[in-house]
Amino acid sequence: MVLAEELAAEQRSISVAEFFEKNKHLLGFDSPTRGIITTVKEAVDNSLDACEEAEVLPDIFVAVRKMDSDVYRITVEDNGPGIMPDKVPFVFGKLLYGSRFHQIRQSRGQQGIGISAAVLYAQLTTGKPAEVISRTGAGSRAHHFRLMIKTETNEPEVLLDEEIDWERIHGTRVQVEFTSTMAARKRLIDYLRYTAVVNPHARIRAEIEGEPHTFERVSDEVLSAPKAIAPHPYGIEFGTLKRMADTSDDDLGNFLIQGFSRVGRKSADEILAVAGLKGSKKAKALSSEETKALLSAMQTVHIPPPPASQCLSPIGEEMMVRGIDREFGPDFVKARTRKSQVYSGHPFIVETALCYGGRLEAEGPARLLRFANRVPLLYQQGACAITAAVSEVNWKSYGLSQQALPTGPVLILVHVASTNVPFTSESKDAVAAIPEIRREVVLALQDLGRDLKTFLNRRDRNKQEEGRARAVCSILPDLAEKVAEVVEKPVPDISPLEGRIMHKVVAKKKTTNGVVEISIHNYTHAPLSLTLYNLSPDEAGDAVPAPDFVDKIGEEYNKVWKCMIDGGGSWSVKYTGSGVGMIDIRGVDENKKTVVDLDV
Amino acid sequence: MSDEFTTKRLVEMAEQWYRQMDDGQVPYIRLPTRTKQNIEYDEKSQVWKYGDRQTLRSANTEKSARHILKMAYVISFLKQQLAENRSSTLREMYYISEGWNKAKFGAQDESNHMIEDLEILCDLQREAFHLRPEENGASVYGALEIKEKTRRGERRIHCREDVGEAGYSIPNNVENLEFIDHDAKFVIAMETGGMYARLMENGFDEEYNAILVHLKGQPARSTRRLLKRLNGELNLPVVVFTDGDPWSYRIYASVAYGSIKAAHMSELLATPGAQFVGVRPSDISRYDLPADHLTEGDIAALKAELTDPRFDSDYWRDEINLQLKLGVKSEQQAFASRGLEFVTKEYLPERLSEMGVL
Repeated sequence: MVLAEELAAEQRSISVAEFFEKNKHLLGFDSPTRGIITTVKEAVDNSLDACEEAEVLPDIFVAVRKMDSDVYRITVEDNGPGIMPDKVPFVFGKLLYGSRFHQIRQSRGQQGIGISAAVLYAQLTTGKPAEVISRTGAGSRAHHFRLMIKTETNEPEVLLDEEIDWERIHGTRVQVEFTSTMAARKRLIDYLRYTAVVNPHARIRAEIEGEPHTFERVSDEVLSAPKAIAPHPYGIEFGTLKRMADTSDDDLGNFLIQGFSRVGRKSADEILAVAGLKGSKKAKALSSEETKALLSAMQTVHIPPPPASQCLSPIGEEMMVRGIDREFGPDFVKARTRKSQVYSGHPFIVETALCYGGRLEAEGPARLLRFANRVPLLYQQGACAITAAVSEVNWKSYGLSQQALPTGPVLILVHVASTNVPFTSESKDAVAAIPEIRREVVLALQDLGRDLKTFLNRRDRNKQEEGRARAVCSILPDLAEKVAEVVEKPVPDISPLEGRIMHKVVAKKKTTNGVVEISIHNYTHAPLSLTLYNLSPDEAGDAVPAPDFVDKIGEEYNKVWKCMIDGGGSWSVKYTGSGVGMIDIRGVDENKKTVVDLDV
Repeated sequence: MSDEFTTKRLVEMAEQWYRQMDDGQVPYIRLPTRTKQNIEYDEKSQVWKYGDRQTLRSANTEKSARHILKMAYVISFLKQQLAENRSSTLREMYYISEGWNKAKFGAQDESNHMIEDLEILCDLQREAFHLRPEENGASVYGALEIKEKTRRGERRIHCREDVGEAGYSIPNNVENLEFIDHDAKFVIAMETGGMYARLMENGFDEEYNAILVHLKGQPARSTRRLLKRLNGELNLPVVVFTDGDPWSYRIYASVAYGSIKAAHMSELLATPGAQFVGVRPSDISRYDLPADHLTEGDIAALKAELTDPRFDSDYWRDEINLQLKLGVKSEQQAFASRGLEFVTKEYLPERLSEMGVL
């Protein structure tokens, strides 16, 4: 037998599922430890995407339970729109099945590999099928499936399909069991936390080996899914163009206008003129040579960048700040959302946030949170273009020390949103080095760096000022005592004076001749919105200004005033009364206020 | 002025701070700025006094808070001293402050300066606080009879007949002196003891009816007050004879125009009519006096005098610029190079006639 014949006997097509079996690392299942995170990640990504499409506030539950010595059960449940029963087997039981692969818009999942890869991984390690429950609305019952994947054919195998009662009106629950370890437990919790940071509209509850974690939503704004756009002429590849042309019934002019974003009659004519083609020619009639000419013409003609606002969904500066504030409570946090840019015809937006202090670790390198399309990137930080861009910034000029990454209690968040985030591999761990993206990251961080420097300078100045004020306050009691001795009077209460020197808010109550006067001095540098509470037997009917609220508690009246006081300003109220009772103010830190009752 | 009045003034200051603190205000004091930039010539009294510039010292810095605390301690100390009818020297008060913890003075200059501040704030002299400087040994010699109220009773003293060669020691409180009689035409005040002794030995006081005063360097307040009283009450012209260097010109300036540190008391201490005898820079070349080169410090002092409002006259500008040009200085005893009699027989008679004193 000829060698080629021998070989031919062994040559056959490989199913995707079989391919995956041999190349688990490509999809993020390279180790049992990582399997759990990848599974949770894929399921949560799907849930968030689904909720966005259905425009509901995501409410996601994640559970990881140890079943056996090394077998873990992973459950992810959402309140999304659910999946039509006839589609469920394909979504979970067939690799490369998805609704978003062919669309040009920002979404978390894309290829339709993720969750079915988890099902396959479970099947490979424990042989157990995936359990899926899904319900599409109040009008229908939930379906419970038990699914496996036929590896040779990449087709779903339905072991069970029954209608059951489920407490959720709509939503999906997926559960798989596979061999793993919880070595990466911290990373899993980090993943959930970071996901919560960039999805402030989501509420994520988790039960990791019985330990509950809840990440509450900080925004009630329903996120609507970005709209798909037509491809942009820049950056389109030959194969795609050919396929589009082959399936089109339009003439070339209309094909360009209908099939591509930002191409109008004028641009279309220009492209065709450069390509030397007639606008009336049918698109499907293009030869390979003509398609090539069209492609190169499309790259040379000026066409405005794709409309990023519809197809991209940046988190927004305010939401980033809120998300970070909730998780890390930093002393300083600022965020920037850059204008949309384009690389190879793909629109993208870079967003960054920089925060300092609070609950962040004081030592060591900065914590870097990388996100792509609102998905946290947990692995391969060193290989990521975002890391390179962060290290490229000269942080020393913004008052931070630096060893590649800045060091100290610093957190840097970088989010790249794009219709096509350029990852270095299919496991989607690291963003590829695209100069346009790196430049945007650097510019955004430099901008934030300047704000941080201002903050740090001011903080240092405030510290110095506080030190000086403390020094003064250590002398004042002696002075008060000595002066009182000379004038032969009781030692004066100098706490209001100390409040003034220490830049606090000082509230005083003093009654003279049956007139109660309560005054508030704001010796801080910032305007404050304060609430004054005065509980006393005085009704204060003639109070000027009148209280905003009066509540009778037994024989006493609780009078409440709301007041806005500028930094360095003051406010006061007077009424006829006995002056007994108590006062308190709210709206300022305890250590920044002094309340003095001169009637005691 | 009575001790009760003084106590009242002191307590008023403390009361002001008490009120400020009670009101939640940062305690402060307001004082005229005590630098040469803030002294002005007063046409009426013909002396230099503090101008309108004021320094606000508020306890909102550690240094100022400490300053006010020290002042409060000083007030408390003085109040007690007045109540017990005791007195102390400036130096004693400085040592007493050792026990004042945070209010302790770093150096006697600082406590002296604070007493001057208190004089200004209370519009009183330190004698009212029962504070006195160290005896500094300045003295008078000549045909002057005085009555002094001492702690041991009244003494009548003739400043030539009743004293030894050192002369009559000027007491701290010149207000305790009464002039009984005199036989003098003018008063000559000298910087150094050497020249004072020279004039005494040469009988200059008798020959020219002069009262000799030894300033003993930069004159104490009591010495300046005595000169002022001799000039004002006995109508005697006062002349000042010093070395020929920038520091000596300041001695003259403090006698004639008032000192910067005590400009609040210029009216009491300065003798506006006092004239400068020498040594003038022009004398150095005219009499070919032995001279030393000006040091850097001398040059800086001369230049500083060019911006001192008290020296802002053609006479002083010319003399100072001449000295800067010559680059030398001479002591008053340098006249000895022309013989011990030269200063009393030739220089002074000639110079004083030229000045219209003789």
